[in-house]
Amino acid sequence: MSSQRRIRLLWRPLAHVACALPLLYLVLQVAEVAGLRLGPNPQLHIRDVLGEWGLRLLLTTLAMTPLRWLTGKPWPLQFRRLLGLWSFTYLALHFVTYFFLDRSLDLPVIVEDIAKRPYITIGFAAFLLMIPLAVTSTAGWRRQLGSRWVALHRLVYLVAVLGCWHFYWLVKKDVREPLVYCGILALLLGFRVWKSRSRSRAAVAGTP
Amino acid sequence: MLIRKPADIKSSQITPEGVYLRRRALLQAAGFAGASTLLSRAVAAEDGIPAKYRRLAGVRKSPFSTKAAPNKFEEVTGYNNFYEFGTGKEDPAAESGRFRPKPWKVKIDGEAEVTGTFDYDAIVRPHTLEERIYRFRCVEAWSMIVPWVGIPLGDVLKRYKPTSRARYVAFETVFRPEEMPGQKYPVLDWPYVEGLTMAEAMHPLTLLVVGVYGVELPNQNGAPLRLMVPWKYGFKSIKSIVRISFTEKEPPTTWNLSAPNEYGFYANVNPKVDHPRWSQASERRVSSGFGSLFAERQPTLPFNGYADQVASLYKGLDLVRNF
Repeated sequence: MSSQRRIRLLWRPLAHVACALPLLYLVLQVAEVAGLRLGPNPQLHIRDVLGEWGLRLLLTTLAMTPLRWLTGKPWPLQFRRLLGLWSFTYLALHFVTYFFLDRSLDLPVIVEDIAKRPYITIGFAAFLLMIPLAVTSTAGWRRQLGSRWVALHRLVYLVAVLGCWHFYWLVKKDVREPLVYCGILALLLGFRVWKSRSRSRAAVAGTP
Repeated sequence: MLIRKPADIKSSQITPEGVYLRRRALLQAAGFAGASTLLSRAVAAEDGIPAKYRRLAGVRKSPFSTKAAPNKFEEVTGYNNFYEFGTGKEDPAAESGRFRPKPWKVKIDGEAEVTGTFDYDAIVRPHTLEERIYRFRCVEAWSMIVPWVGIPLGDVLKRYKPTSRARYVAFETVFRPEEMPGQKYPVLDWPYVEGLTMAEAMHPLTLLVVGVYGVELPNQNGAPLRLMVPWKYGFKSIKSIVRISFTEKEPPTTWNLSAPNEYGFYANVNPKVDHPRWSQASERRVSSGFGSLFAERQPTLPFNGYADQVASLYKGLDLVRNF
């Protein structure tokens, strides 16, 4: 089996399964199957678990490009869209949980939340910015948009910054966990800055 | 002083115990053997409370109790904040096993005629224990109904004869990082301290708690002695108390020191004064099981529903500024 085929027929399906596992676990907890339970305050538990996995998968998505540079192999890029779409799935469900289960569709309260609570404002903004990225993630859109596609999808950096900021801002006091996310994001973005600098330096050095 | 009975809360606000009971029947009927075994695993005695907790004898019922159905024992003891054991809601239950609430001594000092270090029994034994089923409201906008067992704090304090200079009562939590892993990290300035005005401390609703659900207080809930001020956010009700001081000046309080713009000295439950980062207008009644997934939030009541009893304490005080 060629490495291309192996990725398509083995590794990508496995990645889908891995990405679905936290969601599957949550579904089993909701259904109270095999002794699994949600515990007290189930709405918040579901909301938080979905948000955490959405953010983790978003950072994983952003790790693919640096991984390609580090390994010198092209395969990480073949997982980028898959991971990004799974991240979007979790974050969309995170929002839906907030909307339907936590706030029970109470629109005036939701509008007030988004307008008055800065951490909700930026979280909601990040979610909205992700929608065009998810929609235009297909090969067809990519062809149609050409170079504008790349520019559009740079929005993912902003989404990740807003997402980590949202997490940092919402915790009551113990910022250790959000700081880990912020640190990883800083590393991933810093890597890109360093890479583009060394590239432009190389370009300058290359000019006669 | 005329103290009225607390107003009963609406039936729509009561934790749906029936949902839970029905769910268990449904599960068993459906033959989820694994699930039903797990449900009964932690249960030893008939009342569903593990046998390792010592029953408290001679507990009197109180007219101050709400008629709402209490939360389940596993909710009260499995989901709470006690940062001394970690910042997660399940940390207190998981990390408090090494804590030793016995023997226990409390230092009583400051503006009082009787001061010194007193044994737990000397503080608690002279009084009759009462069960008080109170609404509990966390500053994080979740709430429970909890059947505390304790004694009116005022009755205890009177025996130490506070002087006329005593205007506040300060409390301090034990500092034992070896037994309380959360204290190894300075997420808060340890030891935890809290305080009340003398009028708040002497109010008949203010309880010195020694138990819950008719048993001795589990470690995760603040064993062996904690405060319960039902009209204030939960963080005012300091746990595992080792020091009570009568003071002339307003004592420092831990969450206020940590974030003065978010947590005030008074911390009275107030739906009209939002936390800077979230609304306090409504709350989520803690409730487990599939049925509770679709329960709506409920409106938060001024002074957590105890306004008739305590609002007069704050006459003339600007509750927006003194949050």
